[in-house]
Amino acid sequence: MRYLPKSPADRAHMLREIGYKSIDELFAPIPAEYRLTRDLKVPRQMAESEIIDFFRACAEDNASGYAVFLGAGAYHHYRPVVIDSLISRGEFLTAYTPYQPEISQGTLQAIFEFQTMICELTGMEVANASMYDGSTGSAEALMMAVRVTGRKGAVVARTVHPEYREVMLTYTQHQGLPITEFGYLENGRVDMADLEKKITADTACVMIQSPNFFGTIEDVAAVADLAHSKGALLVVSISEALSLGVVKPPTEADIVSMESQSFGVPLGFGGPYAGVMATKEKFVRQMPGRLVGETKDSNGKRGFVLTLSTREQHIRREKATSNICTNQALIATMATIYMTVYGREGIKELAQQNLAKATYAANEFAKKGKILFQGTPRFNEFVVQTKQDPHDINNRLLEKKTIGGYPLKRFYPELGNAALWCCTELNSKEQIDTAVQAVGQ
Amino acid sequence: MSDKYIKKATRHVNQNEDLIFERSSPGKKGYRLPPLDVPEVDYKQALGQAARADLGNMPEVSEMEIIRHFTRLSTWNYAIDLGMYPLGSCTMKYNARVNEVVARLQGLAEAHPWQPEKVSQGALRIMKILADCLLDITGMDAITLQPAAGAHGEMTGIMLIHALLKSKGNPRKKILIPDSAHGTNPATAAICGYAVENLKSNAQGMVDINALASQMNEDVAGLMLTNPNTLGIFEQEIHKIAAILHDKGGLLYMDGANMNALVGKTRPGDFGVDVMHLNLHKTFSTPHGGGGPGSGPVACKKALEPFLPKPVVMSKPDGTVGLDYDRPQSVGRVRMFFGNFGMHVRALAYIMANGPDGLRQTTEDAVLNANYIRKKLDGTYELPYKSASMHEVVFSDHLQSEKGVKTGDVAKRLIDYGFHPYTVSFPLVVHGALMIEPTESESLDELDLFIDAMQSIAREVNEDPELVKTAPHSTRVSRLDETAAARKPVLRWKP
Ligand SMILES: Cc1ncc(COP(=O)(O)O)c(C=O)c1O
Repeated sequence: MRYLPKSPADRAHMLREIGYKSIDELFAPIPAEYRLTRDLKVPRQMAESEIIDFFRACAEDNASGYAVFLGAGAYHHYRPVVIDSLISRGEFLTAYTPYQPEISQGTLQAIFEFQTMICELTGMEVANASMYDGSTGSAEALMMAVRVTGRKGAVVARTVHPEYREVMLTYTQHQGLPITEFGYLENGRVDMADLEKKITADTACVMIQSPNFFGTIEDVAAVADLAHSKGALLVVSISEALSLGVVKPPTEADIVSMESQSFGVPLGFGGPYAGVMATKEKFVRQMPGRLVGETKDSNGKRGFVLTLSTREQHIRREKATSNICTNQALIATMATIYMTVYGREGIKELAQQNLAKATYAANEFAKKGKILFQGTPRFNEFVVQTKQDPHDINNRLLEKKTIGGYPLKRFYPELGNAALWCCTELNSKEQIDTAVQAVGQ
Repeated sequence: MSDKYIKKATRHVNQNEDLIFERSSPGKKGYRLPPLDVPEVDYKQALGQAARADLGNMPEVSEMEIIRHFTRLSTWNYAIDLGMYPLGSCTMKYNARVNEVVARLQGLAEAHPWQPEKVSQGALRIMKILADCLLDITGMDAITLQPAAGAHGEMTGIMLIHALLKSKGNPRKKILIPDSAHGTNPATAAICGYAVENLKSNAQGMVDINALASQMNEDVAGLMLTNPNTLGIFEQEIHKIAAILHDKGGLLYMDGANMNALVGKTRPGDFGVDVMHLNLHKTFSTPHGGGGPGSGPVACKKALEPFLPKPVVMSKPDGTVGLDYDRPQSVGRVRMFFGNFGMHVRALAYIMANGPDGLRQTTEDAVLNANYIRKKLDGTYELPYKSASMHEVVFSDHLQSEKGVKTGDVAKRLIDYGFHPYTVSFPLVVHGALMIEPTESESLDELDLFIDAMQSIAREVNEDPELVKTAPHSTRVSRLDETAAARKPVLRWKP
């Protein structure tokens, strides 16, 4: 086997040194009746070229090189080539968690930069080193709000990504942490009156997403005022991180839970992505996940370490703030490189292009269908209601190598034949015009 | 300091590099966008009050500086590509480059998770084939690939147990966890609403069967067992353990962090395990990336299948692969979309590169390597448990502590010798533990260098304990003040 660096003579030598006659003796601790005496039923050992052929065939069975109008929590953005060339360096790719800071300064400094950039973008004071993704990060944010407030429930907007809400329900079901949902208005924003009715003296937090699942930007300050007036925290979830290039950061929030996939992470059929949690300094000790902090070495030189680990499972065990251990460090590094490439001006410029594309597309779609949730600001997603079932429209589009918007019926049956469309900098005018044409047929 | 015994490594110059923010100045750019082909939109007008003023201190640097910055940072890391990484229960093995190539094929890397099933057949097929391979490897009946890491898999598995017991009328109150368990096990049980009850190990470092029998009752939902455990010892009475649990209606959860000792040699499903997770970022070679991403598939027996997170990947009668969302008893969803698909691709590529013979040989080499180290270092370092070792071995610093040198000091000195330290002070059952897992990826030469380094350090402990206690001496930063970092946390750069 080509990954194994031993000759038969090496193995024989080592066995002799140990004082064993055969490899089987090493496995003697396994009771004989449980030893596997047949080959595993897995594909036979393959050459590298065969492996590439197999996966290439799989890749070709997927839509490849299609125009993509799907967003809904996973966004198709351009990825500068330097990202992969840098994260493919073995020193980033094949390093472990930086528990030994003297030989992990590269990862530690990159994550410290990541934390700083996330703070700058979200308007929060501290950010952690990453969560698994936006959905699990949201669930952890609710649990954190419970720890901070000592209260027991969460009120979550129906305009939060439906799969985030499913994940939150799964996480909280065993913790006596009831989740109540509240609705939205015709302008696409959360229904404040409904929210007011649903917050109780036991509500630990209100959670909204902005831009929300329909692409509408929420009035974060107003929701924060209401939540705070009832003694609850406000958690803001962000699934399209690039929106922060032009959208005011949710500084009124107490906790921000963000999916950073838009920052240079491939769509990759849903993962790996990287969630990140950001909050106010005063809540940092209730935060889940790893944190990198600055310190000095014994010669007074600046260096970075994992810190505040008494929150974490390896120290606190069942009293830890979370069970998370392995996170998404390499993906956070990708995002850091992406944020560095575009930087202060580029993230804004890119966000402006997204806004322009989506605005153009929405105007064009409006000629063939109805744009829902008018009159409130949006970023790069919008909802189009059509006469035809969006699945039929999408089937027609597939023939034009185009993946249409996400049909909303499954999660929002009340919206009828509506679909959520997304336009990024990668959608050309020509692609948009083709899609609009198919809707009108 | 003295370098006289050091064979593997030589000091060399590495570049200094500031924080990226300290390199930034207005007007520098690392990008250029194509011209906009639709009318421009004034975002301040479009967004009104929701418009952002500026992006604060986000960096402004050129492409050349970005390449240098991150390349320089990278050179400050140790990595499996540089040498042995003997962290216990972490299985730092070779990360094959073909895995990276196939994960980046356009049709996979650019697949949107919600694109229609009929244009996702390639991705779904990869998940299905991987699922089938993992089922045969574990001897289980059903599987989900959704969990994003080991701890996430644990949570999923314990939720399955909870759901099954609840469907029978009583989810019960407690989970038993051996004292040698990883911290994620008790943290997971707590998240799932269970109280944790500690289970003592016996003098052989295995589960104390009598203690288990006396602690097992109708309040206990199950036992979370790592096998081989974190001492590297196979739980030889595993069938009795399973029987004690099953007799009282409990379930056996296996933390599969140490599957690298078992693949192709024995199957948890055959020795009584009801549900377990695998770490694709350990046993199946997906890269650790400085702390993640991982992937933690959960495999279970038939009785637990109805409760698996949805959707489940399945073959359809027409020969295509689909996603089954219609699972009324499901515990729900543990992550959006389908988990860390990119890791599924890499793990399957690893399995294909190995085949059944390669997987078996891999396991044999991993166990051989650990036992070789054990044999060579036994006596130089105290071996607190004499039971046979599988893929890892745990020593203690008992002999060195007489000179005031602790496991953490020996570990730091190992850095000067060109190695990443072993796992320090874990498992907790061993005072001053040195937990060593070489994996199959180490050649005899590298092992001999490691053994030589460990022996030299033991010698230095006697000759010059200060040298060891102040190590490392060759790194760009010396020991860092972790207490100060925690007392007054500085968690971000400020201008
Ligand atoms: C024995 C054991 N269990 C569980 C875990 C947690 O796995 P993960 O870090 O993938 O969440 C680890 C690894 O760190 C481990 O060694």
